Amino acid sequence: MGERTGLEVSLAISEAVKFARADAIAAYPITPQTHIVEELAQMVADGDLDAEFIMVESEHSAMSACCGTSAVGARTFTATASQGLALMHEMLFIASGLRLPIVMAIANRALSAPLSIWGDQSDVMAERDCGWIQVFAETGQDAFDLTVQMFKVAEDKRVLLPAIVNIDGFTLSHVIEPLFMESQDDIDAFLPPYEPQVILDPKEPVTIGPVGFPEIYTEIKMQQNEALLGSYDVVLEVWEEWEKKFGRAYHPVESYRADDAEILINLAGAISGTARVAIDQMREEGKSVGMVRTRLWRPYPFEDMRAAVKNAKAVAVVDRALSFGGPGGPIASELRGCLYPLAEKPVVACFIAGLGGRDVTIEDFYTIVEETEKILESGYSGEYKMIGVRE
Amino acid sequence: MAEKTKSVEFIPRLLPPFELFAEGHRGCQGCGEALALRQILKVAGPNTIICSATGCMEIISSPYPETAWRVPWIHVAFENAAAVAAGVEAGIKILQKKNRYREGKVNVIAIAGDGGTADIGLQALSGALERRHDFLYVCTDNEAYMNTGIQRSSATPYGASTTTSPTGKESIGQQTPKKNMPKIVAAHDVPYLATACPSYPLDLMNKTRRALDTEGPTYMHVLSPCPTGWRHGIDMAVEMGRLAVETGVFPLYEIVDGRLSLNIKMDERKPVIEYLKPQGRFRHLKPEDVEIIQRQVNEYYEQLIYRAECDANK
Repeated sequence: MGERTGLEVSLAISEAVKFARADAIAAYPITPQTHIVEELAQMVADGDLDAEFIMVESEHSAMSACCGTSAVGARTFTATASQGLALMHEMLFIASGLRLPIVMAIANRALSAPLSIWGDQSDVMAERDCGWIQVFAETGQDAFDLTVQMFKVAEDKRVLLPAIVNIDGFTLSHVIEPLFMESQDDIDAFLPPYEPQVILDPKEPVTIGPVGFPEIYTEIKMQQNEALLGSYDVVLEVWEEWEKKFGRAYHPVESYRADDAEILINLAGAISGTARVAIDQMREEGKSVGMVRTRLWRPYPFEDMRAAVKNAKAVAVVDRALSFGGPGGPIASELRGCLYPLAEKPVVACFIAGLGGRDVTIEDFYTIVEETEKILESGYSGEYKMIGVRE
Repeated sequence: MAEKTKSVEFIPRLLPPFELFAEGHRGCQGCGEALALRQILKVAGPNTIICSATGCMEIISSPYPETAWRVPWIHVAFENAAAVAAGVEAGIKILQKKNRYREGKVNVIAIAGDGGTADIGLQALSGALERRHDFLYVCTDNEAYMNTGIQRSSATPYGASTTTSPTGKESIGQQTPKKNMPKIVAAHDVPYLATACPSYPLDLMNKTRRALDTEGPTYMHVLSPCPTGWRHGIDMAVEMGRLAVETGVFPLYEIVDGRLSLNIKMDERKPVIEYLKPQGRFRHLKPEDVEIIQRQVNEYYEQLIYRAECDANK
């Protein structure tokens, strides 16, 4: 039997990695990810986790070493944030291109300059197209569950792709939350040891990471994309199994008081907690508001999203990242792209908020909904608005 | 060591004829680097995993769906051969402990060129050496970015003309001396380090054996003559390597547990002009430039002799 406990969310991820019996971890310290790797290092030092911990000299080498450990068949984990993720950029595309099922936690944090150690989602949004499966956690429980689940998804032989678990820096990574930790036996039954398909083995030599000439590159990239698109079914399978086993349900798009809502708020990550409170208040005041939270970010759940928002008049997207000189926030851009082929669709309004650790408050959600109402009246959404900017 | 080792006739009998770095790769004619790999693989044998940096040897050997590698081989990126090798080594270690990887020693060899080692890969190499991974790092040094079209690296020697350190009215070519990569590695106190050259195959292969037999991080710096980039005859790579050693431009030495010994100690060295002259990249040098290079070579060689004598008397 598992146990109910109170735990810092970073440590819940470390626990999940331990329960997943990871073989290898290569990581470099960066705020606000440090507690995850510190705890893992301690687990290895205490003999509680039988793994190789490679304390590398940079995030670039962290992901490089992860490619090495994964290529010999080791269940591999790493964690990073912000500048560290940016330094890994090159390696992220290679890890997915080589089809190495590495699992990585990101404690989402703003990007320099100016230097900011505080949370937003600029870091992972810059890596949107790196070919990894990407999910967002709302709570500590999510963080624990998703970390275990993603090993199973990534390593599935129909998938063989790396996966990212996003947790908001500080507002999630550093808070202590009540959560239910499943027992080692139950996790073992859910997640069997990794059975790699192809590894570096002197008895069966393979060449991994060759040159792809123009005659073959497109085909390889198409295969890779098909694998990522196909991972959707596996994600759903794994979530169904998890729900059956442990009673906690996960969906690509998660709705809250959304069924009859005229205005839906779409966002990803832990600010949905605040959004729930704001929605409850607004509902009491008679406003028809709900939420659709993006859980699965890659592969993007087009059909789920279309179904989730089809009855709304407007979707107000809260993006914690800004596409400079572009159409606004990445979540809104994806949603607009997702809805564009439909003849009838809700208006999509984009709000940039919560950059570099700025709180997104209940009042901000009021503002967002009021602005969206104005947009509905005028019928023109524009590109985006930045919320909470001090004049 | 090498010049005392038996004559060339012995090699075919002593070495496995099977090529683990297979013929038919796309290397330039007369490539000294490919020759070095072939020699290294003959000694390393089939229980070997190669972690390759991006570069000449990577592109010529792995045009998908072909491969020249009969041992497991992985290429990830340019600057991280050492970090990938670190992961491979650590991964095998933990999986063997858990009985999930076949038993027995596996040689993990990282291979990178001079750019992938002395420039962009220096940090990853330093990290992997410091963490004491059990692997061999081979730098096949052809003294510039040959793969991308002969651009200078920090391992390009003084006076060499490359496409980004061209000779001209205002320039002699490369204006700084070659970065001393083995010296940087030696500062990590690795248990075994050697310089080698495929022109001295037995020396190179003996060093490979010794490096692989040594536990912990080991390093070989292999001068790899490049007809394309050095602009000498395609039948001259072996001779250029010999001249590099015989002139003292590239001394062959080992550092074992901190003690340096010269493998071929010459009382009389050939003048450097004999090494420089056949190479197009040095063709523009004036006698006074050659003199500067001769002085640099003399100074460094004297330092090495002194160090070797001191270490011998330790």
